Amino acid sequence: MSGSAEPRAERDGDDHSEVVLSVRDLGVSFGTKRGRAEVVRGIDYDLHRGETLAIVGESGSGKSVSTLALTKLIPIPPGRVTGTAHLGGTDLLSLGEDELVHVRGRRIGFVFQDPMTSLNPVHTIGRQLTEGMRHHLQLSADEARDRAVELLGKVGIPSPERRLDDYPHQFSGGMRQRVVVAIGLSCDPEVLIADEATTALDVTTQAQIVDLIAGLQDDLGMAVVWITHDLGVVAGIADRVMVMYAGEVVEQAGAVELFGRPRHPYTVGLLASLPVLGDTERGDLAAIPGLPPGPTALPEGCGFYPRCSFRDDPRCATERPPLREVTPGHLVRSFYEVPEEVARRASAATRIAIEPPDARDEGVA
Amino acid sequence: MSAPQDPQDPREPQGTPDGQERRSDEAAPPPEERLQTADAPSEPRWRETLSALLANRLAAAGLVILLLLILAAVFAEVVAPYGFTDGELARRLEPPSGDHWFGTDELGRDVLSRVIFGARVSLQVGAVAVGISLVLGTLIGLVAGYRGGWIDAVLMRTMDVLFSFPVVLLAIAIVAVLSPSLVNTMIAIGVVFTPIFARVVRGSVLSVREDVYVRASRSLGASDWRIISRHVLPNVAAPVIVQTSLSLAFAILTEAALSYLGIGVQPPRPAWGLMLLDAQGFIATGAWWMSLFPGLAIFLTVMSLNLVGDGLRDALDPKQRSIIQSRGVT
Amino acid sequence: MGRYVLRRTGQAALALLGVSIVVFALIHLVPGDPVRTALGTRFDQELYDALIARAGLDQPLLLQYWNWLTGALTGDLGVSFRTGQPVTSALLARLPATMLLAFAALFVGLLIALPAGIVSAVRQGKPIDYAASGFAQIGVSVPDFWFGLLLILVFARTLGWLPPSGYVSPLEDPVEAIRRLILPAVTAGVVTGAILTRFVRSSVLEAMSAEHVRLARAKGMPNRYILRHHVLRNAWIPIVTITGLQLATLLGGIVVVEVVFAWNGLGRFALDSVVRRDYPSLQGAVLLIAVIFLVINLIVDLLYARLDPRITAS
Repeated sequence: MSGSAEPRAERDGDDHSEVVLSVRDLGVSFGTKRGRAEVVRGIDYDLHRGETLAIVGESGSGKSVSTLALTKLIPIPPGRVTGTAHLGGTDLLSLGEDELVHVRGRRIGFVFQDPMTSLNPVHTIGRQLTEGMRHHLQLSADEARDRAVELLGKVGIPSPERRLDDYPHQFSGGMRQRVVVAIGLSCDPEVLIADEATTALDVTTQAQIVDLIAGLQDDLGMAVVWITHDLGVVAGIADRVMVMYAGEVVEQAGAVELFGRPRHPYTVGLLASLPVLGDTERGDLAAIPGLPPGPTALPEGCGFYPRCSFRDDPRCATERPPLREVTPGHLVRSFYEVPEEVARRASAATRIAIEPPDARDEGVA
Repeated sequence: MSAPQDPQDPREPQGTPDGQERRSDEAAPPPEERLQTADAPSEPRWRETLSALLANRLAAAGLVILLLLILAAVFAEVVAPYGFTDGELARRLEPPSGDHWFGTDELGRDVLSRVIFGARVSLQVGAVAVGISLVLGTLIGLVAGYRGGWIDAVLMRTMDVLFSFPVVLLAIAIVAVLSPSLVNTMIAIGVVFTPIFARVVRGSVLSVREDVYVRASRSLGASDWRIISRHVLPNVAAPVIVQTSLSLAFAILTEAALSYLGIGVQPPRPAWGLMLLDAQGFIATGAWWMSLFPGLAIFLTVMSLNLVGDGLRDALDPKQRSIIQSRGVT
Repeated sequence: MGRYVLRRTGQAALALLGVSIVVFALIHLVPGDPVRTALGTRFDQELYDALIARAGLDQPLLLQYWNWLTGALTGDLGVSFRTGQPVTSALLARLPATMLLAFAALFVGLLIALPAGIVSAVRQGKPIDYAASGFAQIGVSVPDFWFGLLLILVFARTLGWLPPSGYVSPLEDPVEAIRRLILPAVTAGVVTGAILTRFVRSSVLEAMSAEHVRLARAKGMPNRYILRHHVLRNAWIPIVTITGLQLATLLGGIVVVEVVFAWNGLGRFALDSVVRRDYPSLQGAVLLIAVIFLVINLIVDLLYARLDPRITAS
């Protein structure tokens, strides 16, 4: 780990910056016919101003729900949210719907996965871009329109003035996602949550959207939470990475530390399954066998035990491992650590991703 | 009559706990899984379907009512206290009593017995009529969908023409040509409902025709009949079954209407619609039981069939809702 | 858009041609001699010959069809076997009654279905949803003529609030016209309302589950705003479509209700023609109703295209 990743490492240690969002013991559960399903269990993190946190995991790991639940964007009931989440001075989880309406979109912006369905086909994009601003910032129609033009320009839509009155179907997928990003940013939120924001896009467009958000983040100083199942997407931009499995955090560390020296077998598995361009040595991609446990059928011991290829401790099968700090800022939920040479081989993929030829980090350096 | 984007597509959202987490990356099965489903066509799983149907309380209730009706129709001679023509003029137009639970009509006939025998007529007409449309429609749909080309065009445009008539009006026109009778009522309703089946079957055939396994069997040199019976028919079965139960409901309703109009089943057969036609003349005299009970019988029969049909649709075939039609959308 | 209109109109024209062939064939499918059958015991050779000549039944079939079709296109649907009067004028005299009833029934139906469907979708799974869905299930299963009889029994015969039957033109006596309209309109309207309720509910539910509604919530838009601008605005499109189709169904299928309430409309006219074996009148009525049905369906499809910007643009 050297070169362009260096400046990120510096920011990792930057503990003086202001905490924007502080989440403690966040739990989300749903009432089902077969009892309560604990979808998210005991999550803690602090998000700093300007920081990028990546939450990584398979579908069903609880990564999306954990952020949607912050502003109660999940159906309640059957859902239930516990713990605290302080944004500035207020605990979001204690707010009612009437107050949350002023947080959503205003202080926390969202970008969702599928640009083809995120926009309402029957309204112009101008309408969809300005309605939030008019509601939250009490802008007049003209003011909102001016700002919308400015925003569209910022997210890289050519001749924004003219495109404002177009309908979503007149845009390509990538362009639509730019519009969705513009909507997410429209009220200058303190936090932007990008929920699988590039998953539905082709590789080239993915990179463009990632760069776009990273660039805007540096301009605006907001914090970004990237939610993805693909470590490769966030390798180049994340300051910190939180790996989730079956509703729990299994590993959390600074990006450089995590990609360089992963310690949880699940993280190692995720890294090993990343494709590497031009790599012929590793042979077939090593996918993790099996499926994650359902939220109503969690195993007694470690949640990952049934799929784990290490299981280096007798307690794995019977006891839930605690989240322990192995080095400062690096948390792992396991009784042992994956040996260093295994971890290194697995993380080969990210070395390429972190050191991109086009040096994404120019702005930071 | 289909709008560009079919409006009959109520994919009701399920309140699943992971609703928020459901993403396209998990919605699409991995390639191996997809191949598997292609190898083994999704033949209706009968046992699962039945248990799903019975788990649906409304559908189960509909099924029970329907079974009782069928039993009553089959064993009418045993169940009914009187014959359907037995009349005692001295006891005409009597309100419900211990002797005549549903009262008597203008000829002193027992309304309850006539309602029970009426079940036989209604179910018969419904079953034969829908049988006709089922066979005709399936045949037309299969040929049109499987052959394609000009055969498809001619057949389906013909179906479109039949579809361009309001249901009752077309039945009236057909009866006008054939003259009113029990059999002609069956034929008229059978013809009227054929296009729906043809459309449903053709849609299903088109959706499986190009599937992997059909292409595979064709390249292996399987005969058309073999492909149809082994691969196409099993896939068509689910939507056709659902359409059958919903069409039965509508067919019985249509029979009742035609009989009420005097151009369906003819007296002295005790059809429910006919009984209502009789009853209308005696509304002024206050003989409410004559109109209440036969109508109630139609209503219960139609509703039980609708409940079973809706239940079957949910259990068998949630995605086919776009094509399958129940009453109303002609 | 232009191509869509053209294609859809072409389809409708083709269907119309098919309809005309079926309607024309009606009279020729009747076993035996339709004119002789129609005249029955009133048989009179002179009248018989005149009717045969007037209907052109002595000409070659193709020519007959051509004459009939061109006649129909210019508004000449022949003369009644019974009265010898032009069919067209008889139909036009009946048309307003049917239109009035159909629109009134649709109005009643929407009055029920819009609130019931929207509320039950928004309160999905709540008691009010079950109530609305239960009403819809009952409404689609109830035979309309029976429901009409019950209404007559209760409101006309027992309570005496409203007249039991008959059509009065609103131009002659508006108050009486409305009094007579209420029962038949409610009869047809409740059934229509039940069908529409189901449809409105499922359309709204589908619109509510759209991803863009989730984004609107994430944007912090208030629920009321989302319901109006992101749910109902989108659900309108299928609802308008189905409402149009229901109107077509009502106009064409209201025969039974017209008979129950002795309503002098097209449906009852068609039925009377069947009973009297007055084939030209039946042909005329069936053709007119089918044309109205097809045209409304066409309008609905085109309207749908206008409402949905995706189709308008392509």
